[in-house]
Amino acid sequence: MSRRAFLGLGSALAAGAAAAGFGLGRATGGASAPAAAGVVPFTGAHQAGITTAAQDRMYTAAFDVTTRRRDELVGLLRTWTVMAARLTQGMAAGPFGPASGPYDAPPDDTGEASDLPPANLTLTVGFGRSLFDERFGLAGRLPGALIELPHFAGDDLDPARCDGDLVVQACADDPQVAVHAIRNLARAAFGVAAIRWTQLGYGRTSSTSTTQTTPRNLFGFKDGTANVKAEEGEALEEHVWVGASAAAEDSADSSWLTGGTYLVARRIRMHIETWDRTSLREQEALVGRTKGEGAPLSGGTEFTEPDFAVTGRGDAPLVPADSHVRLAHPTTNGGVRMLRRGYNFTDGNDALGRLDAGLFFVAFVRDPRTHFVPVQTTLSAQDALMEYLQHTGSGLWAVPPGIPDGTLRTGADGTPAFAADSPFWGEALFA
Amino acid sequence: MSRPAAAALVAGAVLALAGCVADDAPAATGAIAVTSTADECALSTAQAPSGTLTFQVTNGGPDVTEFYLLADDGLRVIAEVENVGPGLSRDLVVQARPGSYVAACKPGMVGDGIRQDFTVTDSGVEVGPTGDVAEQLAAAEASYVAYVKDQVGALITGTQEFADAFVAGDDDAARELYAPVRVHWERIEPVAESFGDLDPILDAREADLVEGEVWSGWHLLEKELWPPAPAANGGVKYTPLTAAAREAEAAALVENTQKLVDAVNGPAFTFEAFQITNGAKELLDEVATGKVTGEEEIWSHTDLWDVQANVDGARIAYEVVEDVVRDADSALADDLERRFGELQELLAGYGSIETGFTYYDELSADEVRGLAAAVDALSEPLSKLTATITGA
Repeated sequence: MSRRAFLGLGSALAAGAAAAGFGLGRATGGASAPAAAGVVPFTGAHQAGITTAAQDRMYTAAFDVTTRRRDELVGLLRTWTVMAARLTQGMAAGPFGPASGPYDAPPDDTGEASDLPPANLTLTVGFGRSLFDERFGLAGRLPGALIELPHFAGDDLDPARCDGDLVVQACADDPQVAVHAIRNLARAAFGVAAIRWTQLGYGRTSSTSTTQTTPRNLFGFKDGTANVKAEEGEALEEHVWVGASAAAEDSADSSWLTGGTYLVARRIRMHIETWDRTSLREQEALVGRTKGEGAPLSGGTEFTEPDFAVTGRGDAPLVPADSHVRLAHPTTNGGVRMLRRGYNFTDGNDALGRLDAGLFFVAFVRDPRTHFVPVQTTLSAQDALMEYLQHTGSGLWAVPPGIPDGTLRTGADGTPAFAADSPFWGEALFA
Repeated sequence: MSRPAAAALVAGAVLALAGCVADDAPAATGAIAVTSTADECALSTAQAPSGTLTFQVTNGGPDVTEFYLLADDGLRVIAEVENVGPGLSRDLVVQARPGSYVAACKPGMVGDGIRQDFTVTDSGVEVGPTGDVAEQLAAAEASYVAYVKDQVGALITGTQEFADAFVAGDDDAARELYAPVRVHWERIEPVAESFGDLDPILDAREADLVEGEVWSGWHLLEKELWPPAPAANGGVKYTPLTAAAREAEAAALVENTQKLVDAVNGPAFTFEAFQITNGAKELLDEVATGKVTGEEEIWSHTDLWDVQANVDGARIAYEVVEDVVRDADSALADDLERRFGELQELLAGYGSIETGFTYYDELSADEVRGLAAAVDALSEPLSKLTATITGA
């Protein structure tokens, strides 16, 4: 970090310390940014970006590892961890920042986030099943639950939008901050890993905290009303975090994942043009909730539990048997719940003038075999909404636990710095 | 970040800050503030520990300024920043060994500047390089210039041969010669680019032209030798050149290539070390944006010959400065060595300049991706080359 930026950070730190404990300005943002809000802690038992109150934007990138050397892969994860520790706290990617350092060298940060606030940036890393082949000697550490997802009815998956050895989910309230983070991580990866696909998302479609209002998906309906929320400690242990018992039951040594979780992503295109020609009656019947309030059709308000036994005229259930809310509900699925964290996307249009738009579904679960596959099998086969949906991308990754508090190494200026022994994501996997 | 970690960070920052403001104490961050005004050259400290030093030079005066770190004889330049406009700041990052130095600001860029002594104490940190860098770089420049002369010599001979076949209507022979002769051009393209007009005259692609611009050079002849079907030619049937046009275009190709040969062999021709290393990066940029996408040789599909030639040129550029790089940053030298090797190994799988390469349109999407990844892998460390030799 440059002295100028460093001084800026120092004063922002002082202001933040006085005001709210840990308000960092973006280090290169000059004199501004006494923002106490907008910074998500990087270290902790679990990675950030899971139970973190869902930010407004997402940029997710999947990578193919191109090296065959294990030490290079470890080096990349170490570099990424330090960069993420810096970027999420509002600092530049490297110690010099975008506008200083040797004049004949490219700057160590690309610079487009310089004057932007940290925007609650989080970076979350996961490992795909393909990483556990013969290349890096990890075959014996493959968790049993890191399966190859089965073909679900109606899947129309594009291999170029699926899978990847590594995944990085960047979430922020400003898309430029999220893209900046992925761009700098991708730059650090050249020679070790190359981008396989990326997805930009906007308009979070889930609330992950009881303090957030429920947002809407591109069908215009509230999404994620019954989501697992950050405040539900017991539900998180039961449905999201991988417990020590999982490793005990595994044939392979998967203890490295204890405290982690699994990230399931599905790129779901919505046929919004035909949906928009559908009557309100049918739209509500397909979803099983009212469009305005989001209340179940059995009555009440948004957070009223649906009552699938309530019938109307002709003894037909008020919440139809093939409605989305009924088929996805925990009571229909042996009580399992997911922590959903999806985003809307619009990737231009197709040749017929229709928007290539939909939902980038993201869920964090403790075991996809019990918490995702059965639910998706039911939905793909029976959900009446499937007429308007097409799954075009897919991936499953094991998300290692977080970087423990107080273990980051710092440089002479007191900011996170790379060291030969600095902690990194998935360290236990490579131990 | 946890609250305890944040608190530790604050404490660290305050300590470091205290270090920075104290006048004569070495800066804890290694950053030394320099403020240059019309009559003052103020340094935040007069001494620093050996290793990587960063002088942050701010021009507080009304004139353009410069900052020099000179050897204790006050003559030999260790490192410098030039052209710092009023109100601007720029970093000078230098590897400094223990010893006595002279720091000088030169507001207005004239005279001896405002000087003061500067001491580098021994921190125990190993600082290279040990040789005389200026001498090593001068040798590098001479050796690179010799390489350029050798390549243009082969280029003009081959171009004449190609032109003869082309004019004689021996298109098979011309097609055979096209890619192997162009190799000598592609190896030293940054040199040709340094002569301004010659590059577009000799090497413009049809897609580079604006409406009304006259097209000439290699790719015009490429299109004639590999005439496209109407679908690949904007829906229009390709019209072959007349015999007279063939002759004129071939003559112009030889004539303009001879201009390059003459310029390179002229007494004024030099190519400085930073141009050599920037040229290496540019060669790889060419590969990344034009060749690995198949846009350079859109009709002949001989892009892999160009890729090999660009990589050859970049490797020579690296090799002439290798000693300096290795002394200054051995990890970078190792990295470059390995990345050059990996890319070369990958290319060798598709052929060689001597035996011919696979044509671009015969490569699968995965093969192109693999090449692009290897090019990116080399380009990233290569972008650090210039700063490494200018900071050495």
